[in-house]
Amino acid sequence: MMSKSLRGIDLVHLTIDDIRRIFTVDDRGFLEEMAHAARELTRRQFGRTISLFAPLYIANYCENECVYCGFHASQKGMPRSKLTMEQIDKECAALAATGNRSVLILTGESRFHSSPQYIRDAVRIASRYFSYVALEVYPLEEDEYRELYLAGVDGVTLYQETYDRARYDELHLAGPKKVYDYRISTPDRIARSGIRHITLGALLGLTDWRKDVVALFEHVRSLERKYPGVEFGLAFPRLRRVADDIHQYQEVSDRDMLKIITAARLFFPRVGISMSTRELPQFRDRIIEFGVTKMSAGSSTRVGGYLEGEKKYEDGQFEVFDPRSFDEVKAMLRSRGFDPVVTDWRNIVNS
Amino acid sequence: MDDKLIVGGREFGSRFFLGTGKFGDKEAMRKAIVSSGSQLVTVALRRIDLDETDENILSFIPDGTTIMVNTSGARNAAEAVRIAHIAREAGYGDWIKIEVISDSRYLLPDNQETIKATRILSGEGFVVLPYMHPDLYVAKALVDAGAAAVMPLGSLIGSNQGLKMRTLIEVLIEEIVEVPIVVDAGIGRPSQAAEAMEMGADAVLANTAVADAEDPPLMAAAFARGVEAGRMAYLAKMGKERKEAAASSPLTGFLYDE
Repeated sequence: MMSKSLRGIDLVHLTIDDIRRIFTVDDRGFLEEMAHAARELTRRQFGRTISLFAPLYIANYCENECVYCGFHASQKGMPRSKLTMEQIDKECAALAATGNRSVLILTGESRFHSSPQYIRDAVRIASRYFSYVALEVYPLEEDEYRELYLAGVDGVTLYQETYDRARYDELHLAGPKKVYDYRISTPDRIARSGIRHITLGALLGLTDWRKDVVALFEHVRSLERKYPGVEFGLAFPRLRRVADDIHQYQEVSDRDMLKIITAARLFFPRVGISMSTRELPQFRDRIIEFGVTKMSAGSSTRVGGYLEGEKKYEDGQFEVFDPRSFDEVKAMLRSRGFDPVVTDWRNIVNS
Repeated sequence: MDDKLIVGGREFGSRFFLGTGKFGDKEAMRKAIVSSGSQLVTVALRRIDLDETDENILSFIPDGTTIMVNTSGARNAAEAVRIAHIAREAGYGDWIKIEVISDSRYLLPDNQETIKATRILSGEGFVVLPYMHPDLYVAKALVDAGAAAVMPLGSLIGSNQGLKMRTLIEVLIEEIVEVPIVVDAGIGRPSQAAEAMEMGADAVLANTAVADAEDPPLMAAAFARGVEAGRMAYLAKMGKERKEAAASSPLTGFLYDE
């Protein structure tokens, strides 16, 4: 039986058992204490700065059947496309023209349509426009990651989606992603390849977030010990509730999110925490105080979206809930006493 | 009082060095440099973007300040050397703070790789100030490798814990006489900066404690004064601390009675 009291928990030396307790007990006063401690620690470790980045979808073909995702393979109404190198160049130029210097390239998970060579060529182009190039693509082999690293990849983002193996099997109906073990061993392959930043996360709400977040923390802590030279990052995307929910997704409230982010900061003092444009502006603007170090700004989740400009489409991977431009987000950060950091990296491998 | 600090052949009137990271706005950083009178600041190459002229961190650094690019992000000697080369090619000068860190949780410096990078870069004519874990043999090796100063950490970066490494830094101050000893990292208060200077450190480098203050320019001035006070106390040759009270008439005075 879990103790219902959080007394005796030392926020400076949190253990994973403390975090389990914190997640199961609802204590408003304690959450307030956590928020103070997390804010103080974030300022000490990262200062009053937030790094900005934007996603760049170069393709949206997918071979997987993830029941919760708008990009899944059998989604008939979804127009599929893939940019040519020339289009990627123009798309990078359009995004860079907004002032952004940090990009996250996404492809959807199709090795057939978006081969490692295709990704590598895209990375080489992006490296000319951005000081930091990260990838969110299907899991690869170590030597493939190595090649991408040498082509200019600074970071990789990968979501395990859920650490509950049975639930994972239930939600991933078909495709290469169905193999849980291959996905969960991917961070090890990335770390061994030389790539320096790895951002991990679970899609909160697929199952009980408490279990997934604890499993994620344990995973990252063990990776930190194994690969001390890698900088790990965390992201906490959450599922939005859908009207006809036949998959029994679980709600993750704003209060839960605050608990998760403050716990992450206190447990991992140096880990970067990203906040996506999937969150509403009013939530994003408040949560940045408590541990967030990176946020996307001026995002389009549509293939070729930056060149096409402001038009409103319904076929992005997910809806962008924060429609503000890059400059508007920068202005918001300044008004809250944060220095928006545009350049926080310079590739030293391929330059 | 003529008490200039000389590093890499350059003379400094202030013994307080300032880091430029973590400030909530670059104007506050500029004011902190001015109010502290610091003449040497360190800037991470990774933060410099020359394309973005209105935001470029370098344009907020007052003229006449020595800029020491640091190798933040380097995980080994080769990466530190690469960063130094990029900095030199871009025209940021020859002053380099070597930070080689392959431990992302504690940000502890890798002494062995730091020695390698120091040897290569000082051989190429850089003025090299290596950030290191206070170890006497490593400090000696850094001097042999051509370091212009040795910069031991006071405690973990950004921890504000002060001189947790005190005993080991005292050994460096006592034994490394060829180059200045600059206490870098972990100094959280002006009184801790003063303490380092009282011990005989030649200079102090701080960043987090200034950037994180409600009023960074005021805190920067406070640090500069802490450093100055500590230096003056060191030069004035303080009395040693004693466990018991010492009589002002010496006990052995009778031996000399005429």
